[in-house]
Amino acid sequence: MTKLVYFAWVRERIGVPEEEVALPPEIETVHDLLRWLKGRGEEYAFALAHEDVIRVALDREHTDHDAKLAGAREVALFPPMTGG
Amino acid sequence: MSEHVPPSIRIQKEDFDAAREAERLTRGRRDVGAVVTFIGLCRDEHGTLAALELEHYPGMAEAEISRIAAEAMARWPLGGLTIIHRHGMVRPGENIVLVVAASRHRHAAFEAASFVMDFLKTEAPFWKKQHLTDGTNGGWVEAKESDAEMLGRWTREN
Repeated sequence: MTKLVYFAWVRERIGVPEEEVALPPEIETVHDLLRWLKGRGEEYAFALAHEDVIRVALDREHTDHDAKLAGAREVALFPPMTGG
Repeated sequence: MSEHVPPSIRIQKEDFDAAREAERLTRGRRDVGAVVTFIGLCRDEHGTLAALELEHYPGMAEAEISRIAAEAMARWPLGGLTIIHRHGMVRPGENIVLVVAASRHRHAAFEAASFVMDFLKTEAPFWKKQHLTDGTNGGWVEAKESDAEMLGRWTREN
């Protein structure tokens, strides 16, 4: 199982802060994951519509969309950060 | 610096006291010649903003800020570095973020504080939601292109 966590408007649009999912074996990269999630329902399609702005962290480290999930236990999806 | 002090990183709901934090970095020391304190505050946006709601990614926020702090410590000879970032509701006039950098000379302290803020804004997982004075939800603050561009000035050297 993989834990997916969402923040800010990604969390609001999907409607849950986190969830556990069983990823199909063909989901290898972050890009594959985003495409698969978008097929899960309207709220996912809405949250991830502008795929290129979605930032991703694997096990709490920033990564890019080409990265392999490589057994990451926690995948976080969020908009560009606005702290400080 | 003669004394190596590990950076102090705190992510907290409570306010902080900048003067006290600066004092903590110099107390009992004779090798610190410069302390730069940066405080980021919540603006009222010409009276339209009632509060900012700061969301963060617990665990990763600490990890990212620690990574940025370690990089600053490696780049400049710092005698101390404190970074505090608040989360939760912050109202206009209240503190959001604090960076205190201590060094032997001013240049390292100024540069390190600036470096930390530039990376913190674009790499530390925090998001701001606006609550407006008319009671409506002002939506999420959008990331500024100019913030990402600021990082470019730190990549030349090193």
